[in-house]
Amino acid sequence: MASSPSRWPVLRQLRGPDSRGLRAAAKSDATEQLTPRTSTADRVVGSVCPYCAVGCGQKVFVKDEHVVQIEGDPDSPISRGRLCPKGSASLQLTTGGAREQFVLYRRPYSRHWERLALDEAMEMVAQRVLNTRAETWEWEDDGRRTRRTLGIASLGGATLDNEENYLIKKLFTALGIVQVENQARVCHSSTVAGLGTSFGRGGATTFLQDLQHSDCIVIEGSNFAEAHPVGFQWVMEAKKRGAKVIHIDPRFSRTSALADVFVPIRAGTDIVWLGALINRVLSEEKYFREYVVNYTNAPVILREDFKDTEDLDGLFSGLDEQHRRYDPSSWMYQGTEVAAASGERDRPPTEHARAKARSGHSESHGSGGANVHGDVSTDESLQHPRCVFQVLKRHYARYTAEMVEQVCGVPREQFDEVFDLITANSGRERTTSFAYAVGWTQHTVGVQYIRAASILQLLLGNIGRKGGGIQALRGHASIQGSSDIPTLFDLLPGYIPMPHAHDEHETLAEFIEADEAQVGFWSNFGAYVTSLLKAWWGPNATLESDYCFDYLPRITGTHSTYETVQAQLDGLCKGYFLLGENPAVGSANGKLQRLGMANLDWLVVRDFSLIESATWWQDGPEIETGELVTDAIKTEVFFFPAAAHTEKSGTFTNTNRLLQWRETAVEPANDCRSDLWFIYHLGRIIRGRLLASTQERDRPVVELTWDYPTEGTHAEPSAAHVLQEINGHDAAGKPLSAYTELKDDGSTSCGCWIYCGVYADGVNQAARRKPHTEQDWMSHEWGWAWPANRRTLYNRASADPSGRPWSERKAVIWWDERAGKWTGHDIPDCEPTKAPSYRPPEGAHGVDALSGTHPFIMQSDGLGWLFAPAGLVDGPLPTHYEPQESPVPNLLYGQERNPVREVTRRKHNRYAPSGSGVYPYVLTSYRLTEHFTAGGMTRWQPYLNELQPESFCEVSPLLAAENGLVNGGWATLISARGAIEARVLVTDRMRPLSIGGRVVHQIGMPYHWGPNGRSTGDSFNELSSMTLDPNVHIQEVKALTVDIRPGRRPRGADLPALVEQYQQRAGITADTGMEVTT
Amino acid sequence: MTHIGKDLGLQPRMGFFTDSTVCIGCKACEVACKEWNAVPTDGSVLTAESFDNTSALGANTWRHVAFVEQNTEQGFRWLMSSDVCKHCTEAACLDVCPTGSLFRTEFDTVVVQQDICNGCGYCVSACPFGVIAQREDDGRVFKCTLCYDRIGAGQTPACAQACPTESIQFGPLDELRERAAERVDALKAAGEPGARLYGADPSDGVGGTGAFFLLLDEPEVYGLPPDPKVTTRDLPAMWRQAGLAALGLLGAAVVSAGFDRLNPRSRR
Repeated sequence: MASSPSRWPVLRQLRGPDSRGLRAAAKSDATEQLTPRTSTADRVVGSVCPYCAVGCGQKVFVKDEHVVQIEGDPDSPISRGRLCPKGSASLQLTTGGAREQFVLYRRPYSRHWERLALDEAMEMVAQRVLNTRAETWEWEDDGRRTRRTLGIASLGGATLDNEENYLIKKLFTALGIVQVENQARVCHSSTVAGLGTSFGRGGATTFLQDLQHSDCIVIEGSNFAEAHPVGFQWVMEAKKRGAKVIHIDPRFSRTSALADVFVPIRAGTDIVWLGALINRVLSEEKYFREYVVNYTNAPVILREDFKDTEDLDGLFSGLDEQHRRYDPSSWMYQGTEVAAASGERDRPPTEHARAKARSGHSESHGSGGANVHGDVSTDESLQHPRCVFQVLKRHYARYTAEMVEQVCGVPREQFDEVFDLITANSGRERTTSFAYAVGWTQHTVGVQYIRAASILQLLLGNIGRKGGGIQALRGHASIQGSSDIPTLFDLLPGYIPMPHAHDEHETLAEFIEADEAQVGFWSNFGAYVTSLLKAWWGPNATLESDYCFDYLPRITGTHSTYETVQAQLDGLCKGYFLLGENPAVGSANGKLQRLGMANLDWLVVRDFSLIESATWWQDGPEIETGELVTDAIKTEVFFFPAAAHTEKSGTFTNTNRLLQWRETAVEPANDCRSDLWFIYHLGRIIRGRLLASTQERDRPVVELTWDYPTEGTHAEPSAAHVLQEINGHDAAGKPLSAYTELKDDGSTSCGCWIYCGVYADGVNQAARRKPHTEQDWMSHEWGWAWPANRRTLYNRASADPSGRPWSERKAVIWWDERAGKWTGHDIPDCEPTKAPSYRPPEGAHGVDALSGTHPFIMQSDGLGWLFAPAGLVDGPLPTHYEPQESPVPNLLYGQERNPVREVTRRKHNRYAPSGSGVYPYVLTSYRLTEHFTAGGMTRWQPYLNELQPESFCEVSPLLAAENGLVNGGWATLISARGAIEARVLVTDRMRPLSIGGRVVHQIGMPYHWGPNGRSTGDSFNELSSMTLDPNVHIQEVKALTVDIRPGRRPRGADLPALVEQYQQRAGITADTGMEVTT
Repeated sequence: MTHIGKDLGLQPRMGFFTDSTVCIGCKACEVACKEWNAVPTDGSVLTAESFDNTSALGANTWRHVAFVEQNTEQGFRWLMSSDVCKHCTEAACLDVCPTGSLFRTEFDTVVVQQDICNGCGYCVSACPFGVIAQREDDGRVFKCTLCYDRIGAGQTPACAQACPTESIQFGPLDELRERAAERVDALKAAGEPGARLYGADPSDGVGGTGAFFLLLDEPEVYGLPPDPKVTTRDLPAMWRQAGLAALGLLGAAVVSAGFDRLNPRSRR
C-alpha cells in the first residue's frame, strides 16, 4: 500500500469508525499484511517427531528450500497436533546453529580435529573395516564354526529409521560383525523377554489411545507425564471419564502431581510390591477365575523335582554355582522338555548349552514365546499342589502388606488403597491398565519386574481387554523398530535368534527344528528364516546352498554392548561405529566406556554435534584427571555429521509397534548425510573392493543383495525400496500382504516377517495419514502396526471361551456365528475363521494345534504364562532380590541378590558392600521432560537449556539438614566407582523411607548431562556400574548406593584419589559383591 | 457476544483459558511460543526454585510456567500453571502508548506493532501484571501477541496447539468462560474447594481478561497480583482533579489581579 495521506492513522481515526485510534486506525501497513509462514510455505511435509517413542505427528513447512516451521500435526490420532517441549524445539534442533556441517578427522595421537573430504573419509573407513576384519577374522572358536570378526563393533540405531537399521544389520552381518547393538539393549531389552515369555510378543500389548478406556491406570517405574507428555493426554482423557490414576515411584514427579494416588517406594523393591498384590489377589480370590482357568497356564502341573525359593531360601532348583547359571529343566511342565535353552533334547546341558543360554536367547521371544514340547497335565480345579496356580500362591505367600511396609517403605493404608482400586476396576465390566518404563527394566531383575506385572494382569484378566493391558513406554523414536529389525547382537529381523556356534556344522533345517514351536504361529519359523535369507542373498540363496545359512556369523555367548566394552578394554575389539548413540554419557560406567574407546584403532561417530563419545580423547574426564593423555591415545576418530529427520525419508516404529513413514522435507546441507546414505555407500565401496576377491569369507559380502536405486544430488538410496524389501515379495516380485504368505521353499523373500504387510498391495501402509477425525477411535488407517495392524494384542481374550465379549462395555472382538468369523472393533489377533469351539485333534501341529480359545497365539501352548517354564535364565517366577548395591539386607530370603546376575570384575567397576555405612544412600536416575537421553539432541538447544540449565540432584529436607546441603548449592556424590558434582534441589518431593525399622534416604538425579554442549555438567553414569540382568544384559542404573557431601568435587588427580579413599574406607576388594549365593 | 469498544464486525472476542489443574508442567508452551515468534533465549540460570528456571514473563518470555510445591492438609501437592499476557479488557499499556504501537485487534487482543514502537517504555510501568518489558539489546517492548498472525489465518496459537493436555485452551471468550465455570463446579464437587477462576470476572480491576486462569489457590501463590487494577483507571478522575485545581488556580489568579486593579493603593 502506498503511504498516501489517506493512510495516515490520524486521518483514519478522524474519518473511520475507530474514533479513539486504539483499533484499526492504529494498524500499520506491516500489521495489515501480516501472514503466518504456515500459510505461505511452498510445501508442507508429513513427518514424525525424532525424540521419544510416542511418535507425535509433525508438519514440516518448507519455504525456498528451507524448513521454516515444525509443529504438531492435528490429524494424528496419537498426538492430535500436540508436542512436548522437545518436539516443539524441532525447528531449533534441525535448523539452529548447533549442528556440525563437515566431516572431522582426528589422526592418531593428535590433539586436534582436521577437516576431511566426505568421499575420502568414506574410503578411509571402508579400508579400516576391511583391514581390521582381515586382521581379526575368525573361522572357528574352540572347534566350533563362527565365521566372524570380533574386532569390529557398532552401537546405535534407536534414533535411526527402520530402513537404516535394516541395512546396518544386513551389511555388518554379511561382513561377519556380530557385535551390533543399540539403545534398545540398555533401555527396554527387559521388556522383550519379560512380555515375550509371558504373552508371546515382547512389546506393549496395547496402544496409547486405548488408555482413555481404562477405569484405573497404574503408572509404576515410569514418569509418564514427564517422559511421554503427549502420550499422557490419554491418561487425562481417562481421568475425565472418572478413571483413577495411581503413581508409584521413589520420587514425587510431574506425573505424581496429576495422579489421584501417589505411593513413594524404595527403588529396587517393586517385586515385593507386585508380589504382595498378587498374593492378596490370590488369597482373597479377586482373580478373574474363568479367564485364568482358560487363558493362562494356571492349571498346568509342574515337575516333582521343581524347588521354589520358599524351599531353598531364595533360590530355585538347578543352580550351578560354579558356572553362575541355572539348569532350568526342573522348571518345566511335567511331561515336557526344554528345547529353546539347550538345543539338544536328551543330553545334559553342555558348556555349549550354557553359553547359548548366556547369550540371551530370552530376547528371541520378542515375537514367539519359549518352546515346550510334549504332553502336559492340567488340573482345571486349580487344586493340585504342583499346579502353577498353587505354586504361585506358595511362592508369594510371604509377600504381605507387612513385608511391603518393611521392605518397600510403603504404609499399609496405601497398599490397601491400591489393592482396592485395582481389584474393583478389574473383571468383566471394568479394566485396569499398567504403564511402565525403565524404572522397571533397568535392574538386575528387570525382566522379572515385568513378569510380575504380567502375572498380576493375567490374574486380574486385563490382558487383551479394552482399557487394560500393559503399556511398555519405550523412549526413542524408533527403539521398537531397532529391536524389531534389529541392530542387536542376539537377534535377526523379526526376533529370529542369531544362530549359535555348534560343535557340528549346523544346517538350516537343524536350526529351524531347534527353535520351531510345535504349536502356534512360531511353527512357521522356517518360512520366516528362509524368506529372510532369500532377501539377503537373493538368487544365491537356494536349496542347494542351504539358503546361504552358512553365511551368517555365529555367536558364542553374550556379545552385548557391555561385553564389547570389555573386549575393547582387552584389546580384542579394535574398530567401533557409534550411530547416533553416546555411550560415554548414556551407558553405565562412563569411565570404562571411554577407556575402552581409548584402546581402539579407530572410531567412527555419526551425530549432530560433537558429543562426549567423540571428544573424550581431547577433553574427557580422564584427560582432566590425567588417567589418559591425549598425546598417548592412538585412536583414530572420524566424525560424520548426520542428517536430521526432516532431511531423509523412512519409517519410525513407535512404542505401540506402529510404523509411521516420514517424507523428506529438504535435502541435507554440506557434508550432512543420512545413515542410510552412509551405510549404503560404505557397503558399495566395500563390495567394490571385494568384487575380485576369491576369499571364502568375502562371499557373503559379494553375494549380498545391495542394489538400491539412488536419487537426488547426494545419491540418497531409496528408503521406499528398502521398506519394500523388508515387506517382502513373492517369486514374481509382487509385494506380499501378510506373513502367512511366507514359504520355506525359497519362493518368498522378506526382510522382516513381522513387518510383512507394511507394503501390502504395493502401497506404503506406513505412510497412510487419514485424519483421526475421519476414523473411529482405533484409527487403523493411520500408519501400520505389527502384527497385521492389530492395535490391542491378544484381543481374543476380550471375549469369553465361547466368543462372546466379557461385557458390552469392554467389547473388542467377538465371534459372528452366522458369518463364521471373528469381527469387532479391532483386527482379530487370532485366526479369523477359527471357531471358539475348535479343539485340536490328536497329533495336530503348528497353527492347527491352537484351540479356538487360545488368545496367546505366539505362545507354544497358546496360553498366558503365570509361571515361565522356559525362556528365562533366572527363574520361572519373579523373586525379590536386593539390587547389586543396597543399604539393607534382603528381608525375604537369605539370598541377597539375583544369584545369576552378570557382574563385571574390573578395576574401575568395584562394588559397594551391602549395608555399607560408607555409601549409605540410595541413588536413582531419571529423566526430565526438557532433556532427552544422553543429551545429544537437547544440550545444544538454547530453548531447552534455558528450561533446565544445569545438572542437579534432589534430596529431602531431612537429608539436606543431616549433610549440610543447601538448596541451589553444590554437592559431590561418590560411589564405589566415581565421584561427580551437581547442583542441589532440596525438596519435599523426595521422602525418606522407613525400611526395616531404619531411615533410608533416596537421592535422585537426571542422567542427561555430560561435559559437552552448551549446557554442561558431570555425568550420572560416572557413578554407575556394569551389572546386568542375565536374560538381556541390561544395566542396573535405577538403584545404587552413594555418599553425598556439600561442595564441589576435587579436580585433576584428586578426583580418582577421592574415589579410592572411599573404597579403602569401605574395605572394597576385587571380590566385593561378586558372590553367587549368600 | 463479548465486545469491547465499538461493535466492528462479527468476529467474537478470542482468548485463552488456562486450566492449571491439568497442566503437567512440561513447558511445551514456552518453547512453541519461542519457536513460532523467534523469541530469543532469556538466560540459562538454575534458579533452584523448584523446576521454574524461567522465573517471570518478560520481553523474551511470553509464556512462563510456575511451579509451587505445597504441603497442605490433604497432603503434598505440586501446582503448575502457565502464565501469559492477560490481554486485559481495560489495558493500561494500550491506554498509555503514545505512538499507537499498541493496539486492540479485531479479536480484542492487545498487540505491539514492532515497526511503530519507539521504546519509550511507558507501557512497562503501566502494566499491573509486569508482563510487557523492553528487550535490552533492542529497546522496543515485546509481549505475547496471542499469535495474531496465526489466528488471523484461522490457525491456533502455538502454545495452545502444542499443549499436551489442553491446559491451554483457545477459543471465543464467551465459550471459554462458560466451560471454565463448569470446570470449577466439577472440581468443587470432586473435593477441591480452592478451585477458582482468575480474570474471568468483568467487574474486576481490569474489566476481566482475555486470558484467564483456573487456579487452586490464591493468585499470590502463583506469583499473580491478587487484585490487579488497570493503572489508568483513575486517570479521568485525576485529570478532572488537576483540571479543577488548574481552574481554581486560574480563578485565584484572576481574582488576585482584579483586586490589584480595584485597589491601586496596593501598588504604591
